[in-house]
Amino acid sequence: MSQTTDATARSQPLLRVENLVKHFPIRRGIIIQRQVGAVRAVDGVSLHIYPGETLGLVGESGCGKSTLGRTIVRLYKPTRGRVLLRVHNGNGHAQEVDLTDLKGKELRRMRRHIQMVFQDPYASLNPRMSVGQIIAEPLLVHGIGSPQEREERVKELLTLVGLRPSHINRYPHEFSGGQRQRIGIARALALQPDFIVLDEPISALDVSIQAQVVNLLQELQQKFRLTYLFIAHDLSMVRHISDRTAVMYLGKIVELADRDELYQHPLHPYTKALLSAVPVPDPKKEREKQREILQGDVPSPVNPPSGCRFRTRCPLAEAVCAEREPELREVAPRHWVACHLI
Amino acid sequence: MDAQTAVLDIRDLRTEFVTEEGVVHAVNGISYRLHQGQTIGVVGESGSGKSVSVLSVLRLLPSPPARIVGGEVWFKGQDLLKLPEKEMRRIRGKEIAMIFQDPMTSLNPVLTIGFQIMEPLMLHLHMGKKEARERAIELLHMVGIPEPQKRVDDYPHQFSGGMRQRAMIAMALACQPTVLIADEPTTALDVTIQAQIVDLVKRLRDELGMALIWITHDLGVVAGLADRVIVMYAGLIMEDAPVDELYEHPQHPYTRALLRSLPRMDEEAGRPLETIEGLPPDLLQMPQGCPFAPRCTYVRPECRTQRPPLVEIQPGHRVACWVDLETGALRS
Repeated sequence: MSQTTDATARSQPLLRVENLVKHFPIRRGIIIQRQVGAVRAVDGVSLHIYPGETLGLVGESGCGKSTLGRTIVRLYKPTRGRVLLRVHNGNGHAQEVDLTDLKGKELRRMRRHIQMVFQDPYASLNPRMSVGQIIAEPLLVHGIGSPQEREERVKELLTLVGLRPSHINRYPHEFSGGQRQRIGIARALALQPDFIVLDEPISALDVSIQAQVVNLLQELQQKFRLTYLFIAHDLSMVRHISDRTAVMYLGKIVELADRDELYQHPLHPYTKALLSAVPVPDPKKEREKQREILQGDVPSPVNPPSGCRFRTRCPLAEAVCAEREPELREVAPRHWVACHLI
Repeated sequence: MDAQTAVLDIRDLRTEFVTEEGVVHAVNGISYRLHQGQTIGVVGESGSGKSVSVLSVLRLLPSPPARIVGGEVWFKGQDLLKLPEKEMRRIRGKEIAMIFQDPMTSLNPVLTIGFQIMEPLMLHLHMGKKEARERAIELLHMVGIPEPQKRVDDYPHQFSGGMRQRAMIAMALACQPTVLIADEPTTALDVTIQAQIVDLVKRLRDELGMALIWITHDLGVVAGLADRVIVMYAGLIMEDAPVDELYEHPQHPYTRALLRSLPRMDEEAGRPLETIEGLPPDLLQMPQGCPFAPRCTYVRPECRTQRPPLVEIQPGHRVACWVDLETGALRS
């Protein structure tokens, strides 16, 4: 792990997200629709992702983690902010491309570099398409290869994700959840991307299958030097897979640090509460554990609290927390926190 | 294991579903006893029969397609599976209550939260409307709903997920049941809300002295909650042991593999996860032998042909496996 951390410290970021904002308008009215508010799903997120690393992104439902992932791959158009991807052009040089305003053909061309695996392996595969068609579709869209070459490539991809080449003519319903997720991964790999957003890729799977898929993702990462943004709500799995971890709350990143640093020395009160809430499969430790129980629910992202968004549930909140919004600051080397009290 | 103190005694329960493709063998003969004030955690993956088994106990499965094809469920001197439906209704909600995974689909969206809590009170305890309403407010207060006097008239959609789960717990506890069955009550919730609900149920269980069956796929949640843990696979009990024993000395290959496939917050990060290869069996064609045999690393030829019985290897510790994992020898 330390190797990758050193390497990431030296190299240029593969992806830079700058002050990204994604608001979903709330409209009223039947014919004349007025905007009466906005769901502030992602509300000013900045982060860098380095080549070859896995950045884990955790948070509870409604914190905006999936919206962030989808905005990065441009499934949503950002309201404000920029997403910059470093791509290699033909002559050995790399340049940064701003994905934010790309449209049509240009956007599609960039999508070769940036792919996504979705949470629900049942909803993300078209039931009327064969596995071969599903995995070949990105190749077809980008006009890569002849039909025979595509078929060969699909078979190769199937083997790579632990399925059989003979599965090529089967349909999604013939597969289990874990196998479908493998199909989704094969599809994401088809164009040999640099970067994959994994949006809760194992949440819908059974425990015994989760490990299979996670191990596969790690193997593929090593083989192809892939960069991952791994979005999940399962803190123990994120700890397992990530090199660095970011914690999101109500549209903002509240803490970001190297994995071990974050899990061993969490600084933000939310991160602390989140970590303490995770049950450990050890009865003795569970009995002894002094669990910090957060009161209340996550407030609505339509109308987030003033100042620090966590203050309504924070056991340490002070007057200043309601007045000013805390900035994400580097309080220790590579350890970023947004809290007034640190 | 004294039969006299068992509040619920499940014996050789078998449930099937008749479908177009054939008969799905969901529960294939499970037996266990729940004692007064005891908490049993039932752990299993999807399709292990953990939910179907307790829904069968309360006879809540629609028939067809479900049918209970065998077994007995003894509760207060009577076999619940033989009771007329009318008497069964007196047991459900009053003596044995249940909370479900998804509070949004198990609460009625067109009735107020208050009315839904009052309903069992009026029905089972014959309370008047006014009295029931007061009790409902008390119950909402007990489960930690702020401003219960106001929130009692809210509809389920006005509650957040965690609050709905609290409301459902209030409903379940309305008649102070002897047994509470919780079917994955925190699976749909976030970890911080899960911690709240687990804490609440623990406190209420201790205050009211209820026996509790907590069904989950999460080995972490039951570790801090259960006295005993039952591990299910393919509609069968693979292992049943006191909680410490199960986590420290799991004796079934499936339990072991399951524990090793989890990333753990209390261990050094980055340990490669052990996987359980393959898939659970197709319940349309239950294998003749041990259902875990095709995925088991300890498998022996006899495992594929003969199903291992659930035997007590130590007081209170039952395992269904032909192989003694400690010695590697076959159990006689």
